[in-house]
Amino acid sequence: MSELVDLAQSVVDRARPGEAVEAYVARGHDTEVRAYGGEIEQLATASSAGIGVRVVLQGGEHEGNRVGFAWAGSLDPDVVDATLEDARELAAYATPDPHVALAEPDGVAPAELDLWDPAYSAASTDDKVTMAIELERMVRGADPRIRQVDSADYGDASVEVALLSTTGIRAVTRRTAAYVSVSAIAGDGDESHSGTGFSVGRSASALDLERAGRDAVRRAVRLLGAGKARSGRVTVVFDPRVASTLVSVVSSALSGEAVVKGRSFFAGRVGEEVASAGVTLVDDPTDPRAYGAAAFDGEGLACRRNVLIDDGVLTGFVYDTVSARRAGTVSTGSAVRGGFAGVPGAGCRAIVLSPGALDEAAIVAAVGDGVYVQSVTGVHSGVNPVSGDFSVGAEGLMIRTGELAEPVREVTVASTLQRMLRSVLYVGGDVEWLPGAAAGQTLAIGDVQLSGR
Amino acid sequence: MAEVFAEDRQLSGASLDDRRVEALSSGRERGAGIRVVVGETTGFAHTADLSEAGLLEAAEAAAAVAREGGGGVRTVALPALASRHPYRQRAEILPADVSKERKLDLLARADDVARAAGHQITQVQVGYGDSRRRVLVASTDGVLAEDDQVRTRLHVSCVATGDTGMQTGSESVARTIGFELFERVDVDQIAGAAARRALAKLSARPAPSGEVPVVLAGGSGGILFHEACGHGLEADHIVKDASVYVGRVGELVASPLVTLVDDGTIAGEWGNVAVDDEGRPAARNVLIDHGVLTDYMWDWLRARKEGRHSSGNGRRQSYQHLPMVRMTNTFLLEGADDPAEIVAQTPDGVYVAKLGGGAVNTVTGDFVFGMTEAYLIENGRITEPLRDANLIGNGPEVLRRIDAVAGDFQMTSGSCGKDGQTVPVGCGQPTLRITGVTVGGTAA
Repeated sequence: MSELVDLAQSVVDRARPGEAVEAYVARGHDTEVRAYGGEIEQLATASSAGIGVRVVLQGGEHEGNRVGFAWAGSLDPDVVDATLEDARELAAYATPDPHVALAEPDGVAPAELDLWDPAYSAASTDDKVTMAIELERMVRGADPRIRQVDSADYGDASVEVALLSTTGIRAVTRRTAAYVSVSAIAGDGDESHSGTGFSVGRSASALDLERAGRDAVRRAVRLLGAGKARSGRVTVVFDPRVASTLVSVVSSALSGEAVVKGRSFFAGRVGEEVASAGVTLVDDPTDPRAYGAAAFDGEGLACRRNVLIDDGVLTGFVYDTVSARRAGTVSTGSAVRGGFAGVPGAGCRAIVLSPGALDEAAIVAAVGDGVYVQSVTGVHSGVNPVSGDFSVGAEGLMIRTGELAEPVREVTVASTLQRMLRSVLYVGGDVEWLPGAAAGQTLAIGDVQLSGR
Repeated sequence: MAEVFAEDRQLSGASLDDRRVEALSSGRERGAGIRVVVGETTGFAHTADLSEAGLLEAAEAAAAVAREGGGGVRTVALPALASRHPYRQRAEILPADVSKERKLDLLARADDVARAAGHQITQVQVGYGDSRRRVLVASTDGVLAEDDQVRTRLHVSCVATGDTGMQTGSESVARTIGFELFERVDVDQIAGAAARRALAKLSARPAPSGEVPVVLAGGSGGILFHEACGHGLEADHIVKDASVYVGRVGELVASPLVTLVDDGTIAGEWGNVAVDDEGRPAARNVLIDHGVLTDYMWDWLRARKEGRHSSGNGRRQSYQHLPMVRMTNTFLLEGADDPAEIVAQTPDGVYVAKLGGGAVNTVTGDFVFGMTEAYLIENGRITEPLRDANLIGNGPEVLRRIDAVAGDFQMTSGSCGKDGQTVPVGCGQPTLRITGVTVGGTAA
């Protein structure tokens, strides 16, 4: 770690008068194993490192500041020098803007989070290979209708980051992560369906292979015999994975950056009722259960708990430094960035709907008739977070008289994000801390258009 | 088989948003991926350290995985590198040689044109990017090949605001050429198209719900074939029996109007390469000939199992990734119909002028594709604009339902994601009609 800090410090120390400089230095190791037919199909191991540098040229009071960004996938001294020079040169071409600035320490203390699992390094390559092979074997043997396991993977990664700036930011973090995932194909005659299962944790020892396998098998097998359903208005029950996808899309409209740039349908609506009563949405990266838990945000400020929707009422947005300054407020510690090659933007990392009282079976029973959706496709092509239009391909099961019934495929479910938020019927108590920026739980939404036959 | 894939990639970009040049950026990456294949097992390691010691360390790591029996040294004769790739595309104007001012002028021009399209245009984002990717592949199979891929792109995305809320429209252009791109395409047209799409949708009504005839405009995206059958014809899905097209070579899998080609050799298109990322020359491969499935797409690894040659479809995102079977430029050949006639002979349906992305489940063949500019067809005429929605269909079924193909072929560019890797691809198609596909709108 200390080399990373020293390197970041050496870059920051080279700031010239009138410049603010930020260095983001990261180093990681990862392993990926794929098993097939009881053998290793592929095994990849790698180490990587890189740096991202932002240089802000500070103008006078009325002139505004300009930022440039450069990155490199190497920590060689020559490359680091060139990266700083590039960022400096590029900054000169940006439009001067008084809101452009690096983050400054705001006194909020970072949460004590233990995201580095020492057990991470205890797993040998053999252990990892064994897990992937075992997962494949388990799934192949789980049900006679499973005719193929097209991938059974184990993967893990560790990453260390040092983020320093001339404005006094000093965020040093490290984390580990491990996962298994499996894709099963169930067949019956000419018909086939696939299902995936996974488990994530901070090390191999935290993974639940059996659960991943069971989930993949159940999801593939229960779709056998699926057909198109008749079009009509329905109540849908999203499973936790689908609900997580929905919450994640909604969260993009809660980004302060989208708001200040006029790309959010929530803009100007703070204090208004935007969701059904009882719907509370919180982004809390300080919750260690969250996959995206983090002590520091992408600009090195402490992550914190932000309530965005409280009992149906819109209470606020998440901001990074620049979007906050533009909005006349302060950062909520919500800068996100995609590693050393990315620039910070405002976003959620651990968003969750406050759990209700019911579990999946109780919600299905309460809904009575509708469609249970276990997976959706085309979120990138059919959901528009600016207009709110929502249309996705769906697979799942019909709900008849309060129970899961025959399977359905090749249908879409459509509404708008605005209407869906106001049509929430039940929020499940079965929160799953899924990979990604949003947790999920069973979620029932009324007045959705199903398109099929 | 042991293989070294070395890559040097430099990127530069600029973004204008909210009337400001936000930040220019640059990036560089250089490294090597080493692959060792023994039997059915692939070992892989990559390194950013291109010194002999760094490469040997990665090679040891890759070999350790796949090692059966002794290691040792084997001398391999590699042919001298020659410029023997007829499809090699050379950029006329390297973007790195173009001043930043000129690039920023493009952004400003696009912003001006888009905003001038109507006072309801309330936000414009313009993104410019260029990249130069130099690769070298050497393997114990005797492959020694290199390529120098220069890509340039521009994307404009607009928000229009009206009584009904906000709508978006976008347009992009992306080619495997240098800055001469902007001598061949008109930035005003790109910005104008993006703005026009957003404005049209302000008065859009909800898309229909259910199965209707759909006319796809030439150049609307071509993503239909990429999703409906392209992915299902990738040999990695085939050898694992994870595609609806397994065992169907020689069969009629589509309307006789369908002849589908994947061709990495088309100079300048977004999926164009001289050699693929396993060093095999790009090729033109006919996948479906007048409705009959003729072949799948192959990389070296999957071809080897079948005792055949790669079709030049082994691609990878970067040196940090293993190659797999990927499309290059995938397109439907032209037919004889007249585009206007196709619409005129469609009493009621949906006309899709621009498609967004899509996705497919190769196991079932079910796929979705989004429409980002679409209109109702009423009594053979294009009428009201529709809001965004996905369409859903089953690949083999939709391919059989194509009953008209026009002669107005156009290529477009896209980003294809598979198993965590993204590569640039081209898609093309003329205007065509599908007799029935499910439109996932909200209109009852």
